[in-house]
Amino acid sequence: MPPLLSVRDLRVELPHGGRWFPAVDGVSFDLERGEALALAGESGCGKSLLGRALINLPPETARVSGSISWAGSELTGEPESRWQQMRGSRMAMVFQEPGAALDPVQTIGTQIVEAIRLHRDMPARQARLLAVERLREVAFPDPAAGAEQYPHRLSGGQKQRALLAVALAADPELLIADEPTTALDATVASEVMDLLARLRERRGLTLLLISHDLPLVARASGRALILYAGRVVEEARTAEIFRSPRHPYTRALLRCLPRLDPEAGPRRRLDAITGTVPDLYDRTAGGCAFAPRCPERFGRCTESEPALGPAEGVLVRCFLYDGPERGVRVTA
Amino acid sequence: MSSGALLEATGLLKVYPLRLGLFGSTVGRVRAVDGVSLVIGRGETLGLVGESGSGKSTTGRLLLRLEEPTAGEILFDGDHWLSLTGAELRRKRRGMQIVFQDPHSSLNPRMTVGDQIAEPLRVQGLARGRELSRRVASLLTEVGLSPAVADRFPSEFSGGQRQRIAIARALATEPKFLVCDEPVSSLDASIAAQVLNLLGDLRDRMGLAVLFISHDLAVVSRVADRVAVMYCGRIVEQGPTAEIVREPLHPYTAALLSAVSPPEAVSPPTPRIVLEGELPSPSAPPAGCAFHPRCPIARPRCQEETPVLTGTRPDRSVACFFPGELRAGRVREAGPTPPL
Repeated sequence: MPPLLSVRDLRVELPHGGRWFPAVDGVSFDLERGEALALAGESGCGKSLLGRALINLPPETARVSGSISWAGSELTGEPESRWQQMRGSRMAMVFQEPGAALDPVQTIGTQIVEAIRLHRDMPARQARLLAVERLREVAFPDPAAGAEQYPHRLSGGQKQRALLAVALAADPELLIADEPTTALDATVASEVMDLLARLRERRGLTLLLISHDLPLVARASGRALILYAGRVVEEARTAEIFRSPRHPYTRALLRCLPRLDPEAGPRRRLDAITGTVPDLYDRTAGGCAFAPRCPERFGRCTESEPALGPAEGVLVRCFLYDGPERGVRVTA
Repeated sequence: MSSGALLEATGLLKVYPLRLGLFGSTVGRVRAVDGVSLVIGRGETLGLVGESGSGKSTTGRLLLRLEEPTAGEILFDGDHWLSLTGAELRRKRRGMQIVFQDPHSSLNPRMTVGDQIAEPLRVQGLARGRELSRRVASLLTEVGLSPAVADRFPSEFSGGQRQRIAIARALATEPKFLVCDEPVSSLDASIAAQVLNLLGDLRDRMGLAVLFISHDLAVVSRVADRVAVMYCGRIVEQGPTAEIVREPLHPYTAALLSAVSPPEAVSPPTPRIVLEGELPSPSAPPAGCAFHPRCPIARPRCQEETPVLTGTRPDRSVACFFPGELRAGRVREAGPTPPL
């Protein structure tokens, strides 16, 4: 059976000063049914643009190329009507700012009913009952009364639950969650992730999690793609990435996370990465994008760009693993 | 004041009237900060942890007198801080500074970086002319920026660089006490680590006392000597950082620690404490212990009586009738996790 979602050489380019700049630069991956895959990286790595390209809602100025196929059938180049049918009934997306994604002048119930009836021929009264059921499913407090509420009356956690109920209205198979908990408090974020895990289990939902938050990625995904400057630099099972990160960027990123360690002591320095993610319009062509910040760079790194290739059972884009014995880390 | 204490706040209270409509009458009161007492030693860093609406930022603003407390007492460097007025207050204000969360909005977009760093020095009459330029250049160097950037505007800098500029401005008057209100929350992890290291280095070098306000217990655990946890306007637990992380006594602290999931927790997964319900509105706090509606170990007593912050051992206190009962691993697991 072909994968649920298959992405090949996806590029999202943005115009600037008469030229095109690739914010997403040739990303490929497969997403199997029931899987939880994470796209992880810091701001500027292109992860949100990638998510929007997957549902064919990129920024208006952007130029998208590459291939996206759904269960073996090509979606690239399909008319917007086909995409509209896909969005909601097959794939749905929840965003970081649930407040901005909900319609402020309609009740939560009405918004869920609309999402249901967009894809299903169902009488209004029946859709209304289903809407309350959806709210119950996302553990919205007092679902029947909640359906009558307007978004501005809701707390951040309730808004995210309501948005999830809208997203799940027409039974999609794939949920793309773009920073679903960034706007929430830690304990509320924990509840929302707990809910997502339950929904995956009950519905067999496939999850594509887009996040900068590595602890969240560790907790909620089975496989992860680490993105840097628009490219995948490492792809592996999430547990493997956290157990044994291969790319110098992944390693550095994990080291600089503050950890809860009673023995660490409050006055010990964190391992930081020097410099910043290169600006999209200021990326030097030729070398590895991480080379200027990389503690392990050597001659080749600034001359040509490494390819994403197999190393030690995972995929890594780094010359350290590209020695005479391909796939084994070169020790300097 | 105990020896070594730079700042000692007792019974801080901040009550806001709750109004209906634009010109409406007062319909209630919000106790945003409800009887907070804390001590910060010279050169010490106290982490103030809580979620939105917990009153942690308001507490910071009260200490700086950016807002006046409704009641309470603050001793700062030997002065009755709340009684100071006029020129004396202005002069002594240089001893306290603040770094805010969002360097995009805390810097003036129309002023050059150099002018913004020079402003507190000029206002306080601490430097002028060539000496002023020299001080600005040395402050920029201290925070890891080139003195040449003094002529540029904030919009030309990244988030991390702007936070460095904000730190340079805060340190211009050589304060003894610095409030950092979520200083790295809007920064990427790799940049946040740089800024945290910079703050730590400057603190150690200048002997600064710091109140580090954050929602992120993991970040706080790496910068603070002691931690105070706030919920609904009150401190619910306080103690040395390592002890709080190792052995939280308040169920809310245990839940917060559990929510900050460390990547190591992937395998084997530690049972997670997942709270139910939302943070209460400070305008209508629950009766009894404000945490009881979400507390996994709440009992009838918690709905009726409000626990007060009580010392359990030297330098450790907690406001809970059943301290230490809730630990990760001793509660229901947050549902079976589907295979990833």
